[in-house]
Amino acid sequence: MEESLPVFVFWNELKCNFATGFYFREMQSENRPIIEVKNVSKYFDDKTALDNVSLSIRKGEFVTILGPSGCGKTTLLRLIAGFQTASEGTILINGKEITQTPPHKRPVNTVFQKYALFPHLNVYDNIAFGLKLKKMPKAEMTRKVMAALKMVGMTDYEYRDVNSLSGGQQQRVAIARAIVNEPEVLLLDEPLAALDLKMRKDMQMELKEMHKTLGITFVYVTHDQEEALTLSDTIVVMSEGKIQQIGTPTDIYNEPVNAFVADFIGESNILNGTMVRDRLVNFCGKDFECVDEGFGEDVPVDVVIRPEDLYIFPASDRTKAQLQGRVQSCIFKGVHYEMVVLCDGYEFVVQDYHAFEAGMEVGLIVKPFDIHIMKKERICNTFEGRMIDENHVEFLGCEFECAHVDMSDKSKDWEHLSIEVDFDKIDLLDDSEDGILTGEVKFILYKGNHYHLTVLSDWDEDVYVDTNDVWDDGDRVGISVRPEDIRVTVK
Amino acid sequence: MNKLRLFFASRKSWTLPYLIFSVVFVVIPLLLIVVYAFTDEAGNLTLANFSKFFAHPEAVNTFVYSIGIAILTTVGCILLGYPAAWILSRSSSGYSKTLIMLFILPMWVNILVRTLATVALFDFARLPLGEGALIFGMIYNFIPFMIYPIYDTLQKMDKSYIEAAQDLGASSAQVFWKVVLPLSMPGIISGVMMVFMPTISTFAIAELLTMNNIKLFGTTIQENINNSLWNYGAALSLIMLFLIAATSVFNTDGNDNSKRGGEPW
Repeated sequence: MEESLPVFVFWNELKCNFATGFYFREMQSENRPIIEVKNVSKYFDDKTALDNVSLSIRKGEFVTILGPSGCGKTTLLRLIAGFQTASEGTILINGKEITQTPPHKRPVNTVFQKYALFPHLNVYDNIAFGLKLKKMPKAEMTRKVMAALKMVGMTDYEYRDVNSLSGGQQQRVAIARAIVNEPEVLLLDEPLAALDLKMRKDMQMELKEMHKTLGITFVYVTHDQEEALTLSDTIVVMSEGKIQQIGTPTDIYNEPVNAFVADFIGESNILNGTMVRDRLVNFCGKDFECVDEGFGEDVPVDVVIRPEDLYIFPASDRTKAQLQGRVQSCIFKGVHYEMVVLCDGYEFVVQDYHAFEAGMEVGLIVKPFDIHIMKKERICNTFEGRMIDENHVEFLGCEFECAHVDMSDKSKDWEHLSIEVDFDKIDLLDDSEDGILTGEVKFILYKGNHYHLTVLSDWDEDVYVDTNDVWDDGDRVGISVRPEDIRVTVK
Repeated sequence: MNKLRLFFASRKSWTLPYLIFSVVFVVIPLLLIVVYAFTDEAGNLTLANFSKFFAHPEAVNTFVYSIGIAILTTVGCILLGYPAAWILSRSSSGYSKTLIMLFILPMWVNILVRTLATVALFDFARLPLGEGALIFGMIYNFIPFMIYPIYDTLQKMDKSYIEAAQDLGASSAQVFWKVVLPLSMPGIISGVMMVFMPTISTFAIAELLTMNNIKLFGTTIQENINNSLWNYGAALSLIMLFLIAATSVFNTDGNDNSKRGGEPW
């Protein structure tokens, strides 16, 4: 009898599965992706807005596409809505390909950034716009419009002129106008960007509540990382037309995959470090225990420490301190104080409930668990190039003078070379005329004791530069490299 | 005294020459028209001039016919001008600048020269002059005044309204009828004001393009004044002014309605 027990249990499970078959199918459809973006690219003339983006959104999810302006997040939303068509790749909604479908035939509705309420219609007619197009009977239409108005808390406003409403009210009407059509997916393009802070917070809560009640999929575009962390089930971090990371808010905050994500989401101290061996990392001239492994030995890495994970205390307690330094500045931020502490030439941002005045000697501690290690995407600039003559090499579309190269070995391919230049060996010049070529600063990362810049050269290739000089986003710079700093290797 | 000094010191004083000009050449003549219209040749107060107009079926017919021609011209200008304005507002900026230039270029030529050229063109093509030629000439002369205000409203219209309508399920035709057209009404209305009013009072175009066969109300006024029937002519002018004033009042009413959000469904 006892031996037959497992079989009995199995049988029971099977019966149970049959009985709840319907339920299980429902469960599956819950997990089925409602939107699939497959290898989508979008080019505007010669500019790349989206570069081979793939994304899958589950039914009922609240997904936020987050990134700085110009990262392609709005373009991605507009491709899903159908206002623009993808240059390459396919988009599926509910398993049906809609890449070329015009917007009015897609089962999605959009809430626009500037509301786009029709100024010639009142609140009721704005909301009823979509229903009237569907030729819905009047009684049903009125009932639905009223329900939508109630949902957004705007009952009794139906005959108001939309121009007489405040920004927040217009936003509510815009949301009502979209949800009244019962779309499968609601697309929101920075819907709260135009509202003031208090209003924005209230609306965030209401949107989250609405998402729960309606149970439809929300795809939300924003540049506000706090908004993304508050609202989403899943965050998609984008930069320069590429998806950097997809994950839950906790994952994105605690385990950023690269320096960009770490810098963009929340505040962080990002430093260059070396992974000495598993669970031991060196930065700021000292070894620290950490929890990461599998990077190898003596490998350069990026180290991320959140300001709230650094413990600060008076320097008298010297034995405890892992890092010692002097407070540079102290700013009251409402709940906490934010201090900049200089330790051995590296600046750390520290947040604490206690104020440590500027000039004070302090000690810092960080727990192994709070040190986050990221693999470096590159440790020097690598370009493709070719030799022009023994003293000149061509890369980035320009001719550079280089140290003498012995080209006597004709069996080598001097036309296809790999050129390496260290980050700190690239000179940026104020006057773009003075450089060998010019570029535009597009991303700045502070690494504690220097800036790591990404400069988009006119050759459309990124050049990475370590510098102590202060540059601004969007600065035009001249780029030059000294001959002895160019390393040429035959592939 | 002090106020006067302030006036001369301020930039407002620059309007003075124009103010004097318009008093002498606009306000006083208008008052004279009113005075002449309500007096007889001896200068006695009378309504005879108006009763003469309403008693003369010929004059009333000309009046009604002129309004008819003006309406036809205006409708023609809307039908031809709207698509042109639409194309202009959609095309890329460099291309549209060239197109606008092409539309505005004829306006640099004097209206009489253009009309004479139209006559020559009809002659050359062996087309008869008459009502058809008149309407053609009127539309040809006035269409830029319709295109430009419509182009202006379409150009300034937020593209997101169109996207919002598409998003809510409207096909291209529905987007046009339910969103673009209602939102471009202010442009159409100012176009109508700039076409309808001048066309009522034209006479030179009518004379040239119909070989004097068709009389418009402007012609009637001109003839009476040329024949020294100053008082009757003034009364006719006043009637026309009244009509123009009435249309402009109607137009501003329409303007308010479009803002308040009339029901265009």
